[in-house]
Amino acid sequence: MFRWGLITVLSIGVIGSVIWGYQEHQDKNAILIQAENSYQRAFHDLTYRIDLLSDKISTVLATNTPEKLSPQLAEIWKITSDAHADVGQLPLTLLPFNKTEEFLTNIGDFSYRVAIRRLEEDPLNDDEIDYLNRLHEQANDIRRELRTVQNNVINDGLRWMDVELALATNEPSDNTIIDGLKTIEKNTEQFTETDRQGGFSFTTAREDREINLTGKQYDEGEIEQFVRDRFELESEVDLAINETGEGSDIPMYHISFETDDLYGYADVTKQGANMISYLLTREIGDRELGLHDGMNEATQLLNEIGYENVEPISSAQYEQVGVYQYVFVDDDNIYFHPDLIQVKVALDNGEIIGLNARDYIINQNTRETETYETSLTEEEAIERVNPNLDIQETRLAVIESDLGEEILTYELIGTMNDQTYRIYINSEDGFEERVELLRQTEELFR
Amino acid sequence: MKEQTVNYKFIKLLFACLMIIGISLSGSDIESYGFSEQVIQHGATGDDVIELQARLQYIGFYNGKIDGVFGWGTYWAVRNFQYEFGLEVDGLVGQKTKDTLTRASNYNEQYVKEQIRSGNKFTHYGGQDLQQQTDNQNRNQTQQGGGQQGQQQNQRAEQEATQNQSPETTATNVPKGFSQNDIQLLAQAVYSEARGEPYEGQVAVAAVILNRLDSPTFPDSIAGIIYEPLAFTAVADGQFYLTPDDTSRRAVMDAINGWDPSGGAIYYFNPDTATSSWIWSRPQIKRIGKHIFCN
Repeated sequence: MFRWGLITVLSIGVIGSVIWGYQEHQDKNAILIQAENSYQRAFHDLTYRIDLLSDKISTVLATNTPEKLSPQLAEIWKITSDAHADVGQLPLTLLPFNKTEEFLTNIGDFSYRVAIRRLEEDPLNDDEIDYLNRLHEQANDIRRELRTVQNNVINDGLRWMDVELALATNEPSDNTIIDGLKTIEKNTEQFTETDRQGGFSFTTAREDREINLTGKQYDEGEIEQFVRDRFELESEVDLAINETGEGSDIPMYHISFETDDLYGYADVTKQGANMISYLLTREIGDRELGLHDGMNEATQLLNEIGYENVEPISSAQYEQVGVYQYVFVDDDNIYFHPDLIQVKVALDNGEIIGLNARDYIINQNTRETETYETSLTEEEAIERVNPNLDIQETRLAVIESDLGEEILTYELIGTMNDQTYRIYINSEDGFEERVELLRQTEELFR
Repeated sequence: MKEQTVNYKFIKLLFACLMIIGISLSGSDIESYGFSEQVIQHGATGDDVIELQARLQYIGFYNGKIDGVFGWGTYWAVRNFQYEFGLEVDGLVGQKTKDTLTRASNYNEQYVKEQIRSGNKFTHYGGQDLQQQTDNQNRNQTQQGGGQQGQQQNQRAEQEATQNQSPETTATNVPKGFSQNDIQLLAQAVYSEARGEPYEGQVAVAAVILNRLDSPTFPDSIAGIIYEPLAFTAVADGQFYLTPDDTSRRAVMDAINGWDPSGGAIYYFNPDTATSSWIWSRPQIKRIGKHIFCN
C-alpha cells in the first residue's frame, strides 16, 4: 500500500517536472526566435536599403534639372540614415564594421550638403559628379556582398544569434555572415582611403587641424608638484599619476588623489602644464549661497588663474551645485562661443569643485586669424529673422559653423509664443546660420 | 506698431498702479513674505524663485507655470518688470528689484505651497478669487483606485516626501536638452557598468556614451547607443535594470555638463575580461580604474 502510494507520488512528480521542463524549453525557444527575428528584420531591411541607395545614386547621376535633384538627394540622405539605424540594431559592435558605417554617413553628409545648396546657381561640378560615380560603384559593391550574405542566410538558414555568440565569446570563427561583413569592411576601407587622397574628406576643419600648445615639456615630478600646489595638498597625500597613450589628441597626465573628505582628479597637459579639467568630489552640505554668489566665486577664481577676458553665458543650479559656462570675450566685445570654460561651484561654502577649460585652452592656442569682417549692421541682421520673433538681446559672437569653420555672427535672442529662440545671422552675408529653441526647464514627473 | 506697444505698456503700468492701490486698501489681513538675501538669477531654483514667479504673476508679468525654476520665461518677466518700474534692466533680482516687487505685488505663500504640494495646476493672478485659479482635477483625486485609506496614506507619504525635499520645485533645469529620463537611462548604464570604479571612471563611462552621440559610426540617440546589441555587457545581462545610486547620477550630470575624463574616447574595455582581440587594436587614450579608454 505504502509502496504504491510512493510510486504514485513520485510518478506525478516526474511527469510534473517533465511538463514544466518542456514548457520552460518552449518559452526559451519563443524568446530566442523573437530575438532572432528582430535581428533578421534589421538585416534584411539593411540589404533592401543599400539596394535602394545604389539605385537612387544612379538616378541622381542621370538627372539633369536642379529642381529634381534636391528632393532626390534628400531621399538619399534619409535612406542612409535609415540604413544606419538598421546597422545599430545588429550585434556588430565588436566587429570592425565602422568604415562601412562611416561610408553611409559620408554619403548622407554629401547629399545633405548638396541638397540644401542653391543648385540652380551652383550645380554639381565635375569633381562632385566624379565623386558620386565612385560612391555609386562602392554602394554597388556593398550591395552585391550584402545580397550574397543574404542569400546564404536564407538558403542555409544562418542565424544572427550565432553571430552574436561568436562575437561575444570571440571564438575563431568561420561564420559566413561575419566573413561576408568583413569583406565589405575591407573593401570600404580601401575605398575611403583612396577617397581621402582624392581630396574628398568629410572630417570638418575642426577635426583636421593640429593642436598647438606652447610652453616647455613637464615631467611627472613637476606635474605632481604643480597639482599639489594647485590644490594645496599635504605631502602625505598620495597622488596616482598616469600618462595618456597614443589615442589622446593632446599628451596629458591624469592625476587622482584622495584625502580624508575629498576625492579628486585632474588632467594636465605635458606641454605647458595647462589644467585641462578637474573635479573634486565631496559631501556637499546645505545650501548657504545663492547661484549668483557662486558665480562671483567662479569669476574670481577664473581671474586669479589667468582667464581674465571671460564672461558668463549661462548658469544653472542643480540642488546644492551651481554650474556656469564662460566664454572668451575679446576687446571688441565679441563673444567666442568655441572658447568655452565650465565651472562647478559647491553652494555650501562657495568652493570651486570643478573646472573644464579644454576648449578654451585648445582654441586660444590654436586659433590663427582673429580678424573678422562685418558688412551687415545690427539692424540689417534683425531684418533677416522671422518678423514674428520679438528680438530682445543682440551681440556679436563667433560660432563654429556646420562645416567646422569659425564665423562671426550676430547672436539674436528673441521670443515668440512664450518660447525663447537664439538665432545666429552671419555678419558678412546675412545667412541664417542656426536657429535654436532654448529649452531650459522640464516638469518633474512624479 | 510702435503705438501699440506704448499702449500695452501703459495698460500694464496702470494695472500695476491699481494693484498697489488695491493692496493698500485691502489692508494687512493677507500675510506678506520676504525673499531671502540672495540675488536671484537665471538658472536658480528654489523657494525664492517660487515667490518671484508668484509675485510676477500676481501683477501680470509672468504667465508661465509657477514651478520654482528661473527659466527664460521668468527672465523676460523680470526684465519687463524692471523696465516698467524704471529699474536697471539686467534680469538679476537684487535687493532693489525685490523691494519694488514686494511693494507692487502680493504673495499668498500658503496657497501657492499648498497647490504645489498637492500637484494642482494653478495660477496666482491678483484680483481674482484664488479658489477659481486651481484646477480641481488634481492627481490625488483622480487616482481613486486604492480605496479611501490607501489614498490617505499615499497622500501623507507624498506630503512627507515633498516636505523633506526642500525646496519644493515642480520642475528642474535641463542640461543641454537632455530630459530627466535620458539622464536616468545614462545613470543606469553608468551604475551597472562602472559602479565599483573611481568617480572619474564613472564620469568617463557617461562621457563615452555622449561622445558616441557625435560619432558617425554610432546611433544618434541615448537609447539607440545603450541598447545597441553587444555594446554594453551590463545591458545584455540585465544588470542595467538595477536602481542607480546618487553617485552615478552625479557622474552623469558632470558628463552632460561637459567634463570628459576619458579624453574623447568612444570605446572602453576591461583588460582582464575583454575577449575581443579587435578592441585591443584601438589607439588607447588612458586607463582609469579597471577600464582602458580608447578611440
